[in-house]
Amino acid sequence: MAELVLSARGLSRRFGGLYANRDVSLDMHKGVLHAVLGPNGAGKSTLINLLSGDLPPSGGQILLRGQDISGWSPDRRSRNGIGRSYQRTNIFPGFTVFENCRLAAQSRTPRALRIFSHATGYADLCEAADKAIGQAGLSARRDVVAGTLSHGEQRQLEIAMVLATTPSVLLLDEPLAGMGPEESQAMVGLLKKLTPDHAILLVEHDMDAVFAVADVITVMVTGQVLESGPPEQIRESVAVQEAYLGAGEPDDE
Amino acid sequence: MPLPAKKKRNYLPLVLLALALFPIFGSTYYNELIAKIMIMTIFAMSLDLLVGFTGLVSFGHAAFFGVAAYSVVLLSPKYDPGNLWLVLPGAILTGAAVAFVVGLFVLRTKGIYFIMVTLAFAQMIYFVFHDTPLGGGSDGAFLNVKPELRIGEKVLLDLNEPMQFYYIVLAFLVVAYVFLRVLLRSPLGHALAGIKSNEHRMVSLGFPVFLYKLAGFVTAGGLAGLAGFLSACQFGFVTPEILSWHQSGNVLLMVILGGMGTLNGAAIGAFAFVVLQEVFGALTKHWQLLMGAVIVTVVMVLPGGLSSLPRRLKGLLIGGGARHG
Repeated sequence: MAELVLSARGLSRRFGGLYANRDVSLDMHKGVLHAVLGPNGAGKSTLINLLSGDLPPSGGQILLRGQDISGWSPDRRSRNGIGRSYQRTNIFPGFTVFENCRLAAQSRTPRALRIFSHATGYADLCEAADKAIGQAGLSARRDVVAGTLSHGEQRQLEIAMVLATTPSVLLLDEPLAGMGPEESQAMVGLLKKLTPDHAILLVEHDMDAVFAVADVITVMVTGQVLESGPPEQIRESVAVQEAYLGAGEPDDE
Repeated sequence: MPLPAKKKRNYLPLVLLALALFPIFGSTYYNELIAKIMIMTIFAMSLDLLVGFTGLVSFGHAAFFGVAAYSVVLLSPKYDPGNLWLVLPGAILTGAAVAFVVGLFVLRTKGIYFIMVTLAFAQMIYFVFHDTPLGGGSDGAFLNVKPELRIGEKVLLDLNEPMQFYYIVLAFLVVAYVFLRVLLRSPLGHALAGIKSNEHRMVSLGFPVFLYKLAGFVTAGGLAGLAGFLSACQFGFVTPEILSWHQSGNVLLMVILGGMGTLNGAAIGAFAFVVLQEVFGALTKHWQLLMGAVIVTVVMVLPGGLSSLPRRLKGLLIGGGARHG
């Protein structure tokens, strides 16, 4: 198996008496795209928030290359290579696409004390930004103010900003949500291209996309891991079929 | 700046020339008034760094201005001129150091709480000077002789000379303006703009946002300290009133009146505020009533402040959509 990068060990998160995540364990390896499926309210977003540090866990451990990072702040996790995108677009609406990504790249080499230099004058930051914009397929929109982009383009920018921080771990919260079919296809292509160099956790509702790109799938129900394994195993799992088909309508959002 | 560059005429050299030539024509009264406006501009620009560029609405900015002004009096000998080499850096560092300590606490809060906590800290400092003999209590203290810059026996700059003082203030205004412009285009300045736009995303991109805000807060405190130093030197005395929440409110109004987040707006706001204060003050004892009416009108009619007026007028004349922001 490839290099183990990030893993959750018995991770739990309570909101009052309600468990949003209960005893969740999963491993993320470099070169493996790990998808998380589950109906609404299964705790998928909570899991991403726990891994990225946006939420503190109530119990359990998060290990980054064997080191316990459960108590780290979100910015420290990001500086150590854990990049995340958001389900609800979270960009700098007043800046151009380029500045959104340039600022994201700046987080790697902050140079905060060089107050007499031009922020836009660093070639490494501009290159990183342009590369990320190109990867996300936004090159033609480079100099457009981000707030005026279409919804789908803002989703692409969301990904571009994460890529500009050159992460080793990608936590992607429904990157395809709200995208048109063509944009979706481009994004699936991008995910495939990114997989060899990254450990990716993908939360996504689009089943076709998930089965097209995932190497490992974990199915969550009511905050717990129901089943985890390669796509064929999940497709044939009786428990998963019951959760999705037997116990009610499938989630088709 | 993060926004795409807009082509616009640069009036700054003209303004600078006018300020440099003004004392040739102006009387003593007007020279002092313009010097006061320039000092308030430095003060307002320092607050604009927080309010307009970082998104931190501080309601206690007078604290840094005031402690710096007091430090001038406390660092100067009673009957001799203070040493500018000591007093000026002393005042700026006092403003910055107090901002550092206050910032460590207040920057952990957000929004309305930030406004209230900055106000609370400023009031605490106000009462320290008001109720203890440290700075002469509620009567304040006199700066009998203003500082001078000497090398050996030779006096290079003497702040007791009104003309010299005027040009020193002008020089510091230029330095403060250029410094802020340079700072804002630096990586730090862009990060502060990012914090204003979307603090949460800055955190998730890996910026230690607290440290950035602290850096901005301390810088603003130091610049407010520069303004406080000049103000103490202009008037020759300090009272607890310069630390009071009125002063914090006035400088916030200058920034809002002129337009937040533009620096030029801070200058226009300071000019408008001080001039209106003089005009209304000469008309009636209740000048604050008139001032209030003007501010309400500007906020309602020109959400971008006075500095957005030319753009709005152009928009109306040409028929293009008026942009405000």
